[in-house]
Amino acid sequence: MPFDVFLNVAVAGVLTGLVYGLMALGLSVIFGVVRVVNFAHGEMMTIAMYLAVVLFSSFHLDPLVMLVPIAAVLFAFGYVLQAGLINRFVTRPEHSQFLLLVALGIIIVNTLLIVFGPDARTVQTSYAYDSFQLGPLIVDATKLYAGAAALIVAALLFAFFRFTLIGKAVRACADNYTGALVIGLNVGRLYALTFGLGAACVGAAGTMMTLIIDVTPSVGPTYTLLAFIIVVTGGLGSMPGALIAGVLIGLTEALAGLLFTPSAKSMFAFGILVLVLLFRPQGILGTRRS
Amino acid sequence: MMLQVQDLDVFYGDVQVLDAVSIDIEEGAIVAIVGANGAGKTTLIHALAGMHRPARGHILYRGVEISGWPSHRVCNLGIGQVAEGRQVFPSLSVDDNLDLGAVLPRARADRLKNRKRVLDLFPGLAQRAGQPAGTLSGGEQQMLAIGRCLMGAPQFIMFDEPSLGLAPALVRDVLATIAELNRDGLTCLLVEQNVALSLKLARRAYVLENGRIVLSGSGAELLADDRVRSAYLGL
Repeated sequence: MPFDVFLNVAVAGVLTGLVYGLMALGLSVIFGVVRVVNFAHGEMMTIAMYLAVVLFSSFHLDPLVMLVPIAAVLFAFGYVLQAGLINRFVTRPEHSQFLLLVALGIIIVNTLLIVFGPDARTVQTSYAYDSFQLGPLIVDATKLYAGAAALIVAALLFAFFRFTLIGKAVRACADNYTGALVIGLNVGRLYALTFGLGAACVGAAGTMMTLIIDVTPSVGPTYTLLAFIIVVTGGLGSMPGALIAGVLIGLTEALAGLLFTPSAKSMFAFGILVLVLLFRPQGILGTRRS
Repeated sequence: MMLQVQDLDVFYGDVQVLDAVSIDIEEGAIVAIVGANGAGKTTLIHALAGMHRPARGHILYRGVEISGWPSHRVCNLGIGQVAEGRQVFPSLSVDDNLDLGAVLPRARADRLKNRKRVLDLFPGLAQRAGQPAGTLSGGEQQMLAIGRCLMGAPQFIMFDEPSLGLAPALVRDVLATIAELNRDGLTCLLVEQNVALSLKLARRAYVLENGRIVLSGSGAELLADDRVRSAYLGL
């Protein structure tokens, strides 16, 4: 196999992986702070995907332009969900949180089925078949835009947590819950903000995914699982870990598709998870918890 | 009166932890609560701070009923807490810990002034500004916990076991700091395992046993009381 084909597929895999990473980053942020696993994560992504599809097919609004508004809608959805519902579940046992969020996921999938039906929808942008050539490297325009946008959104999120007072307050809640109450942080509101930010990440990722894959209601559960694999591989609660593992899984899937068969790509993603669980159970960048 | 607690009942599940507790705290005083482990001292502080909802009774801060308020509203009244176990944010820097102490709306405007005051009081913290709080020694973490509380510009501070786990020399430092803050006008509630030192500092003290106030009086009176001497001072 010529090396440039290999390289092209690898680059495409890394760019897709960045979008995966952004999606998983949302799950990781929510788990790291609120300590609730969002089992409706992929389903929330499909909401963003259908928003992008509808905005494109009805109003010819480009997904890359709609990235910010759709992320904002998902932020509001996540904020209201946490403030109105999940905050009551944070102190309940895990199985009770699990049931709540799985139920939410099922409701989302079936609502989308009722509204849009089971058929695949696509976004056909004017640049869908464009590509850039850099020496021997040919990069799809859609994947390049999607990967770059994912990096920008992730960088903004990192900056928010690192440099703003509200971002630090959110980290403080994750660091020491009692300490956060002691200094008078409104933990419920910060949790809502965090869930909103996690939902905004998956909203942004979903908007960009419409450039890469077709959307049906049933992709939701698949991507919940994928986000979960990525977060566990990267290390639960580690933000850079989620991004790095996203790239790793994206790259693995692309190369597996090239070297074996595209239908085997999930097998290799799970293979990575198994290897990580065997040899580094805390994940690539995770820390051991006592 | 700065703070009045009247007939406070607090439960954890079905277990009653506080039973008809009544306490008065005068403006400008240091009031001590002494009692054995499990007597309900920390529960009392959590109830006053809005971290645990009382079943019955009243908490009046400057005449305003605050029983049942959430902790962020209570804090914003100027009620600060230096919690048991310090409760700093271990992965955040000392600087960020202090900055977060001033996150309350009431404290935002004066945060630079308060920061200078805290660093004058604890010069050691300035040298550690960029370091994660989790890497500080126990004594330094206690200074940080007090400093972070002062960043919130409180008028009343509740200290929960501030000397726990500290070397004897540091225990005196911490209690001297509390006395100094009190001289500058802060009202203090002090819950301390070091009964002798806290009764010496306190204008008024209460003995809590199995969730009930069994004895109260001035610090000097309780120091001279036979029951206190035998139960808590081993004399």
